[in-house]
Amino acid sequence: MDKQLALQMRGITKHFGSVQANKHVDLDVYQGEILAILGENGSGKTTLMNMAAGIYYPDEGHILIDGQEVVIRSPKDAFAYHIGMIHQHFKLVELFSAAENIVLGMKEEGRYDVKRVMKEVQEIADRYGFRLDPAKKIYDMSVSEKQTVEIIKVLYRGADILILDEPTAVLTPQEITRLFDVLRRMKADGKSIIIITHKLNEVMEVSDRVAILRKGEHVATVNTAETSEAGLTEMMVGKKIDLDIHRSDPVHVEPRLEVRGLNIYDHEGIHKLKDVSFTANSGEILGIAGIAGSGQRELLEAISGLMKVTTGEILFRNPKKGQPVSLAHKSVKQIRELADRGAFHDRNMNPVSFGGMNDLAVRKWIESGNVLFREDEELHLENRNPLEIRQLGVHLSFVPEDRLGMGLVGNMDMTDNMMLRTYRKGNGSFLNRKFPRDQAHQIIHELEISTPGVSTPVRRLSGGNVQKVLVGREIAYMPKVLLAAYPVRGLDINSSYTIYNLMNRQKENGAAVVFVGEDLDVLLELCDRILVMNGGSVTGIVDARTVTKEEVGFLMTKTDRREETAE
Amino acid sequence: MSKAKSGQAREPLFQLSRRGVISPAKAWGIRITAVLLGFVACGLIALLLIDKLQEDPSQIGRFYSDFIQGSFGKGKVWKYLKDTAMLLCISLALVPAFRMRFWNIGGEGQTLVSVLGAIAVNIYLGGKIPEWLLLILMFVGAVLSGAVWAGIPAIFRAKWGTNETLFTLMMNYVATFLVSYCLVIWVPNGSSSLSKMETGRLPGIGQTYIPIIIVVLLITVALFVYLKYTKQGYEISVVGESIRTARYIGINEKKVIIRTMIFSGALCGIAGYLIAAGLDHTITAESIGGRGFTGILVAWLGKFNPLGMILTAALVQLLNQGASQISRDFNVRGALPDVFVGIILFFVIASEFFINYEVRYRGHHTRDQERTGGVK
Repeated sequence: MDKQLALQMRGITKHFGSVQANKHVDLDVYQGEILAILGENGSGKTTLMNMAAGIYYPDEGHILIDGQEVVIRSPKDAFAYHIGMIHQHFKLVELFSAAENIVLGMKEEGRYDVKRVMKEVQEIADRYGFRLDPAKKIYDMSVSEKQTVEIIKVLYRGADILILDEPTAVLTPQEITRLFDVLRRMKADGKSIIIITHKLNEVMEVSDRVAILRKGEHVATVNTAETSEAGLTEMMVGKKIDLDIHRSDPVHVEPRLEVRGLNIYDHEGIHKLKDVSFTANSGEILGIAGIAGSGQRELLEAISGLMKVTTGEILFRNPKKGQPVSLAHKSVKQIRELADRGAFHDRNMNPVSFGGMNDLAVRKWIESGNVLFREDEELHLENRNPLEIRQLGVHLSFVPEDRLGMGLVGNMDMTDNMMLRTYRKGNGSFLNRKFPRDQAHQIIHELEISTPGVSTPVRRLSGGNVQKVLVGREIAYMPKVLLAAYPVRGLDINSSYTIYNLMNRQKENGAAVVFVGEDLDVLLELCDRILVMNGGSVTGIVDARTVTKEEVGFLMTKTDRREETAE
Repeated sequence: MSKAKSGQAREPLFQLSRRGVISPAKAWGIRITAVLLGFVACGLIALLLIDKLQEDPSQIGRFYSDFIQGSFGKGKVWKYLKDTAMLLCISLALVPAFRMRFWNIGGEGQTLVSVLGAIAVNIYLGGKIPEWLLLILMFVGAVLSGAVWAGIPAIFRAKWGTNETLFTLMMNYVATFLVSYCLVIWVPNGSSSLSKMETGRLPGIGQTYIPIIIVVLLITVALFVYLKYTKQGYEISVVGESIRTARYIGINEKKVIIRTMIFSGALCGIAGYLIAAGLDHTITAESIGGRGFTGILVAWLGKFNPLGMILTAALVQLLNQGASQISRDFNVRGALPDVFVGIILFFVIASEFFINYEVRYRGHHTRDQERTGGVK
């Protein structure tokens, strides 16, 4: 190769306590190339790049820039060597404009000359094809624009080596295409681009070479043109993986959850959900696609009883037809009222009436199991809290986005986390830890969770295992409706496929699964139907088997026509 | 290309990194080392600042032995145990709220109001009803007063989201002035000092202080069980760890906050009752003497674990009594003895940092690096 070496990392090792994040990693980056760093979560990609960017300092090893050994102790040092990193979480001042954020922290003589900065920023943007208004305030910007500001910020500081950490995680397919165009233009200008990712299709699309990390070690660096997705996966995971999601055809499809005209204003009066209506069917996976923050969280939280509904209905159809009535979820008084409306019949299809019977006799009859529902139950869930929903006998499970902040308690062990759902059982005031402990052991076994034991705090587990604990607990409840928000976010390939399989199994068991996802390829492969949201509205419900990624991407950015005409 | 300061820069002087897991033995090793270093630091400062030690540095041994003498000297052991028990009792009362991350710093006022409740019952009913009934009614008065005093900020927090720290702090002042006001009414001679009451006294078993010590130990164990093995204790932990998880699981966090604070206040009530009926038999605005605040320290150091707090209460009390012994023996006045207490507690608190983080200094290379590190 006649290309110039820009950055060399030699024998880089880094420990965090007893955890070895990088083990003797060697990496070469040439001028004018796009190098992808591929690896699963926890494989040490970000740690390695943080050492080039001066966030961490290596325990061992050397970094060479243009063949010269250098010491990078801080991001400032890194900039002196023309290395700039764009982190996954943006570090911008919301109240400042793009230009102000870009120049912030640079040592300049005298006052900042904002006009000159704006001009220079505009020049950089034009040169590489960014779309950016330097005077726009950050709080007015979309995620993609904020990312642009971050990239220009490092270019403005003279970076020749740009490191981008998972840059596509927050972008729509169209925005990703545009970003890749920009990256190619920067490459043509002689810059070295390093992109950290775990998405194979992006690696294939944009990179010249791929460096694969596994468990902190450098497995190989290969030319992208000479490899395949399957080959890369094998190197990344260490074994062959079947990358197909087996999607079965839905059976026994019937409406399970109906949402009608749902509107939500949050406590600040912002219209979060606008006239959302849809039906989730049993035996089906309904995907929800949309840019982050389009109302997905509000929708799921409203259904599960965590958010107040302003107007609209959430109906749960309990498949009770022909099933015995139970006293577990209804008082005798409620049962009498239902009986008066002719809701029950006995084993011989004769209507049940409790007229003139005392409560004890009513109880006896019901406990005999001979009082049956005439029709499926229709239960209103809107504006009921999670406990009330439970007491209605609705088996609704919710895997929230924020696993350790909402679904689980990080500092508690697995037993106590299992107990969250079941601790109320029994009449005494003391806890029964035996049942949740048995459940924990069972889930560890069934979902192959790797943990030192049931008494390890769950925050100590890896992301994939934390998620398995959460999903395992929610599935143990045998849900009729399973809501899952970004259930594979941050998970490695193996864990992701475990979760997909679990969702599929719930579908086959007849649950109505609602799956909020961010990876469109996965949504298209896994779901039966996809509901697309933008700005709190439903912009379309499409058949996942026939729709294309571009069509979904279009719906994700489509604005409500009614609103456009109103404005 | 000219690159800045290549080769001149060295690796950082030290780096911090979070420890994964640390063995209990190592953690305790760090804690004990910290306490010992704290004592060394105290000794150095004492040598610099205490006149008697400047004249005769060999007296330093006595300086250290005073920490033991203050608590275990002749005739002092029972008083030490009693004071530790009372401090522990007030600290325990704060724990349920702290477990819930409800920062109740009103233990001082809640306990004081409880003493007031018990004394008020004694003043109005003492001698008019049988002693056993009086003792029971004093107990009820103390517990109710404490519960109400703690319940008010809890209700405001649950209903209107007021800041519990400021609220409970302010309630301390209200309690102090309420006591002063009552004393003006009860002691008409203008001295505002209530003489010790002869009625409503808890009987002693053998040694006067034994019942108090036993009661506090029973509360310690009961609270430990309550927090760890009951549904209510579990709800407290969930609310404390994450309000969002609590809501997600259908726990009514407002109910838990109010219930737990009333429980906390009732425990303060028991502490107040022990002071009113078992120890002081009177009340002043200074009856609690800052133990409501020291209790916060004891609870934090003990990581809100009632059993662990037996140790921390004993340590804090030991230091306090050692400090007063030093002030007598070396004739130091003012705040200096308290400075020693502060220094040692500072070391104890700082030790937690070194338990959580690992510090690696420059020059601690592996062999591989040493071989190639100097090459330029």
